[in-house]
Amino acid sequence: MIKRANTGHTAGSLSSVDILNVLYNRIMGVTPANFDAVARDHYIQSKGHSVEALYTVLADAGFYSAAELDTFSSGGSHWVGHPTRKVPGVEHNTGALGHGLSVAVGLALGMKKDGLPHRVFTLLGDGELAEGSNWEASMTAAHYKLDNLTVIVDRNDLQITGLTEEVMALEPLVDKFRAFGYAVREVNGNDIPELVEALEGVPFVPGKPSLLLAHTVKGRGVSFIENVASWHHHVPSDEEFRLALSELDQAEAALNGAHR
Amino acid sequence: MNLGRANLDEFGATVLALAEKDRDVLVVTSDSRGSGKLTPFGKALPDQIVEVGIAEQNLVGIAAGLTAAGKKVFAVSPACFLTARSLEQIKNDVCYSNWPVKLIGISAGVSYGALGSTHHSLHDFAVLRAIHNITVVAPADNFETRAALTAALDYPAPVYIRLGKRPMYNLHEPDAHFEFGKAIVLRDGPDVTFVATGETVIIALQAADRLAEEGIRCRVISMHTVKPLDEAALLAAARDSKALVTVEEHSVRGGLGGACAEVLLQAGVHVPFKIIGIPDEYTMTGSQEEIFRHYDITPEGLAQTAVELLAVAAAD
Repeated sequence: MIKRANTGHTAGSLSSVDILNVLYNRIMGVTPANFDAVARDHYIQSKGHSVEALYTVLADAGFYSAAELDTFSSGGSHWVGHPTRKVPGVEHNTGALGHGLSVAVGLALGMKKDGLPHRVFTLLGDGELAEGSNWEASMTAAHYKLDNLTVIVDRNDLQITGLTEEVMALEPLVDKFRAFGYAVREVNGNDIPELVEALEGVPFVPGKPSLLLAHTVKGRGVSFIENVASWHHHVPSDEEFRLALSELDQAEAALNGAHR
Repeated sequence: MNLGRANLDEFGATVLALAEKDRDVLVVTSDSRGSGKLTPFGKALPDQIVEVGIAEQNLVGIAAGLTAAGKKVFAVSPACFLTARSLEQIKNDVCYSNWPVKLIGISAGVSYGALGSTHHSLHDFAVLRAIHNITVVAPADNFETRAALTAALDYPAPVYIRLGKRPMYNLHEPDAHFEFGKAIVLRDGPDVTFVATGETVIIALQAADRLAEEGIRCRVISMHTVKPLDEAALLAAARDSKALVTVEEHSVRGGLGGACAEVLLQAGVHVPFKIIGIPDEYTMTGSQEEIFRHYDITPEGLAQTAVELLAVAAAD
């Protein structure tokens, strides 16, 4: 998608795709058939720039044909470089950072008012935690005891300029989230069984919003992209693309071998 | 004309009546239930008021999320903060995402008077006019307030309604017709047209009274919807009149006057024309009435402008 369009956010999509995979295929019951209903689980992607991961998972979930992804970022396509509701399966338009959590809080509050048992999940990048609106929304989530809300932070330690701790220090992040009223758990966000186990356990504490701090590797799965800040929205060259696919193919073959 | 109540009081009573009939109606406030005249609402329907604290960005994002959950949401905050601090949430979470939130800007324009320019919203028409998918409304009296809120309830797109806090004269018969984007002609006359919006409509009517004493007959239009503008009513007025004056409680840059100028010039309709509003400066200190007087937003000031424009028209 990114290679064809010659634009996109390569590394952040790779760090978060495991989380999306687990959410859509194991945790949430969101399908094209129930998408128009309020009474279902919901997902808001606050880190809108990792849209390629979302578009891929939605195609796999049957919201549209994977062929649509070939139009990504091309003239007239609905598959814009940040999520929009014109794409089937996308719940909210995001891309400006620090917006998704307030919307997720509103959704969770509305569903709680109606006594619905469904949950709201949202994915935040770590870099966007510098946006103050996240902390406004966090206060509200705790105030209204929104234990139907799970906030997942893609903690890959990098943002476009470099390490989050050098750009604007976030740590001690767990303490901050606890102080704002979350029940917090930490996982390896690129480990599927760990993600499944944690997300099947929400709410972590009844009466509190859940926060899953998912430690991930930006650019996960491709050796020369991993942990390199300049890959934030770098597009691979032909040679880099060939190498990346070859590494991913080898990883897939190894996984298939392990399951045989 | 009899004196009604403040449009904000009309809002408090109307939204309570709407919410009593429909439990999906919610109001969301940012520590603003008192100034939004929602204290009785909070007592009568505590489950239908959502407090977010002093956090206007959060207010608008939460309003979008509640709307996504099937609620009919009035997001209520001082117009000055709602349309500046939360502007990106209005643009992205409400308008671009197309959640039909009803944004209520309270104590709009210079209603807060001597509290100063931090509390004035003289930019809201201009910034919201440049954002796609929002209807921008400034009711002139209690009837327009009630009608706009009722129309917004099930309207399928976002609406911004700005309200003031001083009692307003009732300008309409109770059975008048109200529709977003359809101006209301309050008085007709062939000489000068006043196109006014919000709390300045009454001033335009009073100016028309003065001018009538001098034999100058005016059309007065309540352009309650600043976006989308009733272009047909505007063009008809410009073609039928010798001069046209726009009046608004807003900066003279980018508001109702600017919107009218865009339409008239591009339609090739040329008529002596003046935009009356707050000049491009931080206002002098004073009440709304004192500020209006300082900038000649008065019956005398508007009448004087009309006379000057008629002189220009006669010289052509």
